[in-house]
Amino acid sequence: MVMVNLVINGRKISAPAGSTVLQAATQANIKIPTLCDHPALGSIGACRMCLVEIKGQRTLQPSCTFPITEGMEVQTHSTGVVDARRFVLELLLSDHPLDCMTCDSTGSCELQDLMYEYGVKQTRFPGEQHAYPVDDPNPFIQRDYNKCILCRRCVRACQEINGAEAIGMVWRGFRSKPGTAFDGKLEDSNCEFCGMCVEVCPTGALLGKQVLGQGRAWQLTKTQSTCPYCGVGCQLDLYARDNKVVKVTSHWGAPPNQGSTCVKGRFGLDYVNHPDRLTQPLIKKDGKFEPASWDEALNLVAERLADTKQKYGGDSIAVLSSSKCTNEENYILQKFTRAVLETNNVDHCARL
Amino acid sequence: MTGLAAAFGSGAMTNSIEDLTTQAKSYLIIGSNTTEQHPVIGMRLRQAAKRGAKLIVADPRKTKITDFAVMHLQHKPGSDIALLNSLMNVLIAEDLYDKEFVANRTEGFDELKACVAKYTPEYAEKITGVSAEDVRKAARLLAANKPGALIYAMGITQHVTGHQNVLSTANLQMLLGNMGVPGGGVNPLRGQSNVQGACDMGCLPNFYPAYQKVVDEPAHTKFVEAWGNAASLTPGLTIVEMMNAAHSGKLKAMFVLGENPMMSDPDLNHVREALNTLDFLVVQDIFMNETAELADVVLPGASFAEKDGTNTNTERRVQRVRKAIEPLGDSKPDWVILCDLFKRVEARLGTDRSKGKFASWDYESPKAILAEINAVAPSYGGITWERIENVGLQWPCPNTEHPGTQFLHAGKFTRGLGKFHAVEWMPPAEEPDEKYPFVLTTGRVLFHFHGGTMSRRSAGLNAIYPEGKVEIHPQDATKLGVADGELVRVSSRRGEVVAKAEVVEKADPGVIFMTFHFKEAAANLLTIAALDPVAKIPEYKVAAVRVEKV
Ligand code: SF4
Ligand code: SF4
Ligand code: FES
Repeated sequence: MVMVNLVINGRKISAPAGSTVLQAATQANIKIPTLCDHPALGSIGACRMCLVEIKGQRTLQPSCTFPITEGMEVQTHSTGVVDARRFVLELLLSDHPLDCMTCDSTGSCELQDLMYEYGVKQTRFPGEQHAYPVDDPNPFIQRDYNKCILCRRCVRACQEINGAEAIGMVWRGFRSKPGTAFDGKLEDSNCEFCGMCVEVCPTGALLGKQVLGQGRAWQLTKTQSTCPYCGVGCQLDLYARDNKVVKVTSHWGAPPNQGSTCVKGRFGLDYVNHPDRLTQPLIKKDGKFEPASWDEALNLVAERLADTKQKYGGDSIAVLSSSKCTNEENYILQKFTRAVLETNNVDHCARL
Repeated sequence: MTGLAAAFGSGAMTNSIEDLTTQAKSYLIIGSNTTEQHPVIGMRLRQAAKRGAKLIVADPRKTKITDFAVMHLQHKPGSDIALLNSLMNVLIAEDLYDKEFVANRTEGFDELKACVAKYTPEYAEKITGVSAEDVRKAARLLAANKPGALIYAMGITQHVTGHQNVLSTANLQMLLGNMGVPGGGVNPLRGQSNVQGACDMGCLPNFYPAYQKVVDEPAHTKFVEAWGNAASLTPGLTIVEMMNAAHSGKLKAMFVLGENPMMSDPDLNHVREALNTLDFLVVQDIFMNETAELADVVLPGASFAEKDGTNTNTERRVQRVRKAIEPLGDSKPDWVILCDLFKRVEARLGTDRSKGKFASWDYESPKAILAEINAVAPSYGGITWERIENVGLQWPCPNTEHPGTQFLHAGKFTRGLGKFHAVEWMPPAEEPDEKYPFVLTTGRVLFHFHGGTMSRRSAGLNAIYPEGKVEIHPQDATKLGVADGELVRVSSRRGEVVAKAEVVEKADPGVIFMTFHFKEAAANLLTIAALDPVAKIPEYKVAAVRVEKV
């Protein structure tokens, strides 16, 4: 790999040729704020949050698209740069609802974090504000374009990650916004509700409907796990509150899915806390199930299995194991079948 | 997966999602509705198509992935072998196959050559309905764009000839020299989160963990030493055989963990009778399902979010499942319930397994069980709990220094030489006739999963796709006088269901499609339990049915 030497904020660093200034800085743990840029998407240099000062350049340059060159000198937080960023933020604030207190994005909103970091409380540019209706009827995704900052991450995710190309930028000028063809409903488009657009949206413009009102980032505990649906085994981050799984996000940067998910993994795990869940052992008496204690139920099962084996032999018993249970559970179940019941009658529905 | 084991010596997906989706120059996707069944792989295949890889999709139905394909070969249900043989016929006739690979890495080429000789594109066209010209074009595309990956799913295996179908896919990839390279291989996509793991763990009537054969004396001895006891050297019953044995009264008791054969098995009426005939049925699951309804005892397991353990995905990657919340109510993680039960059964039977190295059921945690698996399953030897903390490892991984295996059969097949099998096309077990003039084929939709136990209890998934439908071609709909959304009765020799018609141009006229997610319109009331004689997979994909307006 050819390495290029440059200086960022007086610090000498080197990065692989072909990197952008942002990538080089990130590698060296120098943080440059971004909004439209996302590591999983191609850079478009649209928001101008990541502006930096580069020696020899007459104007500030977006670091997310500017390639590094040998001997380059970069300032990421000079007064000029910080002022420019504040200007960008004030412009964004001039057309953004100030309802952070009730916004579900609070605490995980990149826009809010930047306003905080740059101390932007109000805007010098009061002007016309959007008043889009928030009414997409689909069951998964709330679209509130009043909170959209036109970063186009969603559009790029739909193109570059999903490939469904359900959404693009529609209309022009002040009315420009992401939308489906003819600015209609998601359900009438190619949308597959994978939620990658929700995942990458930096604000509260796109939110999962199921997470609304379920708690903010700091109230949730996060656990990495493996999706229980198909055989791809996507890595997901589950968020829980009060013993309930309330939200799922991408787990980036690991195989097999590298952050991608489908609708089932992201929006289909609410079955876990469904009221139909069985919560106590049941024994059928006179054709009807009655709740039982664990002791009662397990003793009954043990007795009947042992009796059957003694009376008819192990081959009179069969065991179906589960392609939804863990390796460890499957392993011990076949071990029991063979070593204790003494039969090879064990199968699962893999063939099916 | 018996087909791949016979051809290559190992029955698993040969390559990895990563190299498959980023390095292949062409794809043959056959019997896999990838975008709906394995959406994340579907997304990446679309990206592959955008970077210029050539997607060829062979499917009786038009699906989302066909939109991105350079060619859609719409072959008749049950004609896969004829189609594959005709592709190979062209490769050999036009001298487009990989002679070096065939000479150095395979055996049985002459038999294959003799067998496919008859499947000229013109001959096959009569069976498959795919034009001779398209077959030639597809074969040339595959030969010109290498490496190429072959992807299949249940559309290939769920036939009476499933085993043969798989052999046929293996033949094609060897002929093209697409084996043992990144971006190539024969890649079955597994349907459920841990099907691969359940197989690897020996939940098969003929295999101990890691495919050590039940019929092998040394394997038997090994497990007697490990466990203190093992069953006989005779393989047990497969799931469909179990149902038959239950039906005839030979089987007396059954323990079902986390499965719902009353939705997923073919010929449901037969399954119900079989389960009702049992003296004793136990079901351990997270929901009351159609099978549990018939049980004598139901044990409440915990969901995946309430327990720790590992799963193995379709590309042989062993990954952690982590506890995010406490088990609901009195439910418990399945491994906890099982160990408790096993101790009680063993106490009653008075078995003495004290000589076994791993005799106890007192595991401290799933981590301790995995350590035992590491010790008895060679391909899992190096896949320890600690090593897969962040990123999973792919078997074979024999020791803790081993990095895992991204693709199989590099330089040498597991069985030595790859074996070509002469495979003849055979008609499906049940063909349409006057009484049952339509072909029913079954599958999945994006928004649901398997028997629907999970996905139908997700508010959003159920809202967007609330009921099972019957897809009918507009021409057939007109003939039957059925409009979109009207109810139709679909009947076969085994049962009938009533559901709404969806009039769409997806399959050919004469072919209807249903899913098996919905108990109100369970397609498996209609399907046939005819089994592939080797792999013992039921024929879900083809059944003869009648359709009437209600
Ligand atoms: S909806 Fe979100 S991701 Fe899309 S352009 Fe607006 S702010 Fe960006
Ligand atoms: S949910 Fe997925 S398919 Fe739908 S618009 Fe968002 S990214 Fe595109
Ligand atoms: S992050 Fe660079 S311009 Fe938006």
